[in-house]
Amino acid sequence: MLQIDNLHATVADKPILNGLTLQVNAGEVHAIMGPNGAGKSTLAYTLGGRPGYEVTDGSVTLNGQDLLALDPHERAAAGLFLGFQYPVEIPGVSNVQFLREALNSQRRARGEAPLTGGEFLKLAREKAALLKLDMDMLKRQVNVGFSGGEKKRAEMVQMGILDPAVAILDETDSGLDIDALRVVGDGINAIMRRPDKAVVLITHYQRLLDYVRPDFVHILSKGRIIKTGGPELALELEEHGYEAVAA
Amino acid sequence: MTLQLPTTRDEEWRYADTSAIARLAPDQLATWKEVSLAAGETRRHAMVVGGDAPELHRIRLTLDANARGEMFVVVTGEDYTRVEVEVVLGQGAHFELGGVTIGGGDATREIVTRVRHAGQGSTSHQVVRSVHWAQATGNFLGRIEVAREGQQTDAAQDFKGLLLTRGASANARPELEIFADDVKCAHGASIGQLDEAARFYMAARGISADAAKALLVQAFIADALAALDDDGERERLFAVALASLEGAAL
Repeated sequence: MLQIDNLHATVADKPILNGLTLQVNAGEVHAIMGPNGAGKSTLAYTLGGRPGYEVTDGSVTLNGQDLLALDPHERAAAGLFLGFQYPVEIPGVSNVQFLREALNSQRRARGEAPLTGGEFLKLAREKAALLKLDMDMLKRQVNVGFSGGEKKRAEMVQMGILDPAVAILDETDSGLDIDALRVVGDGINAIMRRPDKAVVLITHYQRLLDYVRPDFVHILSKGRIIKTGGPELALELEEHGYEAVAA
Repeated sequence: MTLQLPTTRDEEWRYADTSAIARLAPDQLATWKEVSLAAGETRRHAMVVGGDAPELHRIRLTLDANARGEMFVVVTGEDYTRVEVEVVLGQGAHFELGGVTIGGGDATREIVTRVRHAGQGSTSHQVVRSVHWAQATGNFLGRIEVAREGQQTDAAQDFKGLLLTRGASANARPELEIFADDVKCAHGASIGQLDEAARFYMAARGISADAAKALLVQAFIADALAALDDDGERERLFAVALASLEGAAL
């Protein structure tokens, strides 16, 4: 489904990803763990096509389509969802307006009919309930005045509404208390744990993996995957630290 | 009698396009539209100005006790366009201004206000948003005067400029002259660019660069039209302002 081959990327001419290879099949959940500076967020932004993240070598395909040839908004329409570590505040634009524009842009790009206001609100209400987010929150400006936990829940509501094929979730667990972690974990499972979808969870800690059980755990170091295992690898990391396990 | 043309040495014309002033019809400079509101009267005026030749719109507004005058203006167009408003507020009167200047090319679009709080307890609220690209310039020159009799004046003025491309510019000049000692006068001015992080966030959700720009510009100018309590008129002004974005090479 998502095939990353020998990916090299630089930020401000500094090499960050140095030959990263990863194959993600439909129905799988992959966790990518690694120390600070390993390139975890760079991987997410590079896949999303953020300006300033230059691919210097390698390839990425999503369902056979060359992802790197697409503009960021086209990647979203192709089925990629990028969950932000720090969701951006957009003063003056409501969540409802933002998401309806996003969903209908994607639908138009795929040749599907846009949703009417009523259809969209019904969908938004359903997904907000799933993530225990008050519908009133969705009428407020995008992420403005949201707590860390609310921002992450709002991200998952966005994911639910946009219904992507592959989600790259960059430290979605950071800033969450234990209750919010469970809600977000349940949300990821409900939305993405399907035979036709896949998830790449980028995280520092084991705790989210208690709720969203990965099929594979990868250790990223210096811009490459240096070790791959099952869920037990995350536990090992938690116990012994990156240095011991990666050695 | 020959009319002396203003020059940029005149404080109130310092950012004006003087070559365009020379192309104004002579009577435009001499003409002031006079509007007086009687005590307790409320009137709202929404207008769109600017075309393919220079335009100057000069308005003198006199508000009697407890009158309320509201003005909402979108300044667009492809040539120099200036809206100049002089307001005198009587006791307890209120003046509301929502202004948008928007456009590209090499035109200068400006709003100039002089608001005089002559009576006790009068209030004014001015919000101006300026969006420019290419070689265009957006200006706001706002002067607030509080007379000795204008105790308990509450005046607020807020300008924000958004520059969509390199080469565009914006100028803000707030000016306060206060002769009473029990007044509130607030003013703020800032100039910036579109938020790159917001643009990428929108792109990552599937919104094209053009649509993201339009949404962000709409959000930016919304403050200026927020006080317009007529949905139809507000939509009309929004539509005019955003239409000028379409087809702009950004």
